[in-house]
Amino acid sequence: MSRLVPWLTVGPAVLWTLLFFILPLVLMAWTSLQPLQGDGPGLGNYVAFFTNPSYWRALVNSLEVTALVTVLAVLLAYPFAWVLAEQVPERWQRLALVLAILPFWTSYLVRSYSWLLVLAEQGVVNGALVGAGLLSEPLRLANTRAATVIGFVHFFVMLLTLTIFASLKQLSPSYRKAAADLGAGPLRTFVYIVLPLTLPGIMVGAFLTFVLAIGDYVTPQILGGNTELLMPQLIMLQIGRRGDFPLASALSLILMLVVTVAYLGCARWLRLERV
Amino acid sequence: MAHRLPRVVGALYAALIYGFIFLPVVVLVLFSLQATTLPVPPFTGPSLRWYDAVLSDRRLTAALGNSLLVALLSSALAVVLGFLAAWGLARFRPPGSGLWRALLTLPLMVSYLIIGMGLLILLNQLGAPRSRVSAGIGHVVINLPLCFAILYSQMGEQQARAEQAARDLGAAEWQVLLLITAPMLWPALFASFFLSVTFSWDEFIIAFLLTRFDTTLPVEIWNLLRAGLNPRTNAVGALVFLVSAVLVASIELVVLRRRRS
Repeated sequence: MSRLVPWLTVGPAVLWTLLFFILPLVLMAWTSLQPLQGDGPGLGNYVAFFTNPSYWRALVNSLEVTALVTVLAVLLAYPFAWVLAEQVPERWQRLALVLAILPFWTSYLVRSYSWLLVLAEQGVVNGALVGAGLLSEPLRLANTRAATVIGFVHFFVMLLTLTIFASLKQLSPSYRKAAADLGAGPLRTFVYIVLPLTLPGIMVGAFLTFVLAIGDYVTPQILGGNTELLMPQLIMLQIGRRGDFPLASALSLILMLVVTVAYLGCARWLRLERV
Repeated sequence: MAHRLPRVVGALYAALIYGFIFLPVVVLVLFSLQATTLPVPPFTGPSLRWYDAVLSDRRLTAALGNSLLVALLSSALAVVLGFLAAWGLARFRPPGSGLWRALLTLPLMVSYLIIGMGLLILLNQLGAPRSRVSAGIGHVVINLPLCFAILYSQMGEQQARAEQAARDLGAAEWQVLLLITAPMLWPALFASFFLSVTFSWDEFIIAFLLTRFDTTLPVEIWNLLRAGLNPRTNAVGALVFLVSAVLVASIELVVLRRRRS
């Protein structure tokens, strides 16, 4: 009986994952090899991706937007997390952090929609600029790549502030004291001590940003509109309008491959189990 | 003076980022409070007209019920499965432990869109209907790795010794699990359940692909969004924000109180 215990406890979760995660992926791989009409299985959908510039373009768009979002979010979040960790008095830090990520807990869809309110033609920004006489015509801010980037950056600044704040707080103050004792100024201490030691935390956050942003359909669809397609939008278009599951499957597997390559690329900085 | 400058710059920068973070939320809530049919400036409120419209909308209240049901049940299942697996792997180290751990955390690497589409293909192959149940299955898939990872990291030596003591005193394995391990781990169990509920509650794409008639709240919000700028969406969004803010604040208070005592 007791020899069965490990299998009885681990078994259900493993079975669930095999049945509802691995099996669907296998079916998806199999589906991706089927043509929508005509001959037997083949690599036609993958060939279509690499030869059709509009499909190929979606991946390039996705990579460009995601890279920009990741870099911007890290650059904005790091100083913010630093101010929270260093300048806010200890007893207020928790409150400051909770406030900084409060909109994180609102509905994901509603958060993107709120940016539409801000950026729309009759929205707050245009209203203020035109009202102040700075503009005669409202700017086209919504339904652009910039709107997608702003929506994404807003979400990921909150996430990254959280992870970077955590790694700054884990840093023992004695490192900085030692650097100061050895004659390093604040800037040198930051560049040679603080930054390298918080780099793993930054990398984990940046990788998370990359993975979540490149797979997201909602933000580009609401804020970017259909002016240019990102990969998730292209995938949804195949399912929704055309019912082309084979092509959608092929595109999904290509997207998964990109994420896997990114993971392998930065695996040595990503000690995920330490976080 | 030279000492104060960085502090001033830091405070200004923090204020700027806080402004950026809160700008859309403030705009959302502010323009949910005006009676006009377009939630744009100039502000003419206050009025609760759209809250009234939203709360008496049958589709939205039904979707709210579905969301709660799916979130609570799928999270409970994810926590139970994750807890059992974490305990089994941490305590007994069965052959292939590393492989099972990797398998159980693998779904974290795959985007929700792909998980949802895979399940949709599976449903189509089986000829099964799309429903709350299939959306719930999808939500267990995304939350199980999270619950497993959190609970596995909490399986410490201290519990292992308490469990061994219980066994020595004649407790069966199920008694050890229910009466020793679960109570000792309740903060982690609570945390993983709460996280799962919030993820499931907010999840859109899987529910969108896998439900048909009995949709969840995010799917109904999506239907509202198609109408462009719409004060109903503002009101729903503000309500969702209010509920989450109250939830987060109360959990903060519980956690803080535990820390102090």
